[in-house]
Amino acid sequence: MPVFAQLYSREAWIDWSWVADNTDRLRAATWEHVALTVIAVVIGLAISLPLGVAAARWRRLYTPVISVTGLLYTIPSLALFVVLVPVTGLTRTTAEIGLVSYTLLILIRNVVAGLDGVPGDIREAATGMGYGELRRLVRVELPIALPAIMAGVRIATVTTVGLVTITALIGQGGLGTFILTGLNRDFRTPVVVGSALSVALAVVADLVLLAVQRTLTPWTRAAAT
Amino acid sequence: MELLADVWRWFTDPAQWQGRSSIPVHLWQHVRLSGVSMVLALVVALPVGVVLGHVRRGGVLAVNVSNIGRAVPSFALLVLAFGAFGIGTTPAYVALVALAVPPVLTNAYVGVAEVDAQIRESAVAMGMRGREVLRRIELPLAVPLIMAGVRTAAVQVVATATLADLVGGGGLGRYIILGLRTRDNVVAFGGALLVALLAVLTELLLGRAQRRLTPRGIRGDEIVVPQGSSTPRAADVPVA
Repeated sequence: MPVFAQLYSREAWIDWSWVADNTDRLRAATWEHVALTVIAVVIGLAISLPLGVAAARWRRLYTPVISVTGLLYTIPSLALFVVLVPVTGLTRTTAEIGLVSYTLLILIRNVVAGLDGVPGDIREAATGMGYGELRRLVRVELPIALPAIMAGVRIATVTTVGLVTITALIGQGGLGTFILTGLNRDFRTPVVVGSALSVALAVVADLVLLAVQRTLTPWTRAAAT
Repeated sequence: MELLADVWRWFTDPAQWQGRSSIPVHLWQHVRLSGVSMVLALVVALPVGVVLGHVRRGGVLAVNVSNIGRAVPSFALLVLAFGAFGIGTTPAYVALVALAVPPVLTNAYVGVAEVDAQIRESAVAMGMRGREVLRRIELPLAVPLIMAGVRTAAVQVVATATLADLVGGGGLGRYIILGLRTRDNVVAFGGALLVALLAVLTELLLGRAQRRLTPRGIRGDEIVVPQGSSTPRAADVPVA
């Protein structure tokens, strides 16, 4: 089969001299990737927290909020970027609007699930102790919901790290640039290195967020063991 | 608004609707790429997930496969497949199948493995054997979760098939990629609309199929995925 000829053909999968020559560019692209991801997740969370709290509080909001964010989530990322291009151009803004849209469904769902999981008697106890609604939310309900919220943040972050590679197609940086270069020049090394760094970034981000979650909720550790 | 008028003109231009590089041809390429990949992925992932779930073994593997799948960008997967198989539809199929397997496998495993132990035990007490328990008890109860996995995978496959044209795999992505390369917003926008419509349609149709296939007794309430555990669960959380 001619298709498999490629498997044994030509160059090796990784050319270390290229890696050595491009460490600076790789480092810069990795940081750019991190920045694109962090901005998207932070903005996503800033939108999702209030929306999630509102949707948990006023049930009628839940279905419309989930429907709209679900629709955004269903639209393929490249299509969403392209639809935004006439409005915001081939810019960082276009990339971020797209990336933020994808975090919303995951984050809002988990915020609502976390708040729903707060036991009713705890809520009542807080009210009985004289907590007003806002203080009860901030001091009691959100901390209890934190593990679920953080689970959402982890999924959203790992997903975003992957999606950032696609922003290379609309001329934004990040590790996708190397994947695209490798594709255009039919040169495997940048593809392998760019992909590997992106996967590594996702794994590291997930572990860091897990550590953050453990630090923020020391009580869950005791319960888990 | 000028742009929307141009897009409309592009859509209604008869030249787009006939010949070898018309919209129907690219749409069909897209649907075929996605459909065949999904069928192949189901053939591989469903039996493995269901059997592992039935014997309740390999759970760590079955759940982690989708966490790993999430970390590998679909774009990277596609271009790596291109590195291995060269230009054409083959790398697209390889990447799309690889993409669809994890959510299907994980959800099939979780769906079957997490059937309430009491229900399973009552089935055994009623004299059912292993295979019968699987067919008459576990599988019907697992349908919502299995279908959620299929839906997640299918939407993701339709989305990623958009990138297939980068490796010569054709599909509706042709318009987007051509439009981006030639800075032609009209063509790119038109292609994006078509792809978005196809993705939304896939989601709606499979959502309906999910409700249809769910046994009447457990229909009605949404699938509740336990969110309290510290590890993100693959189950109903969409994977992009």
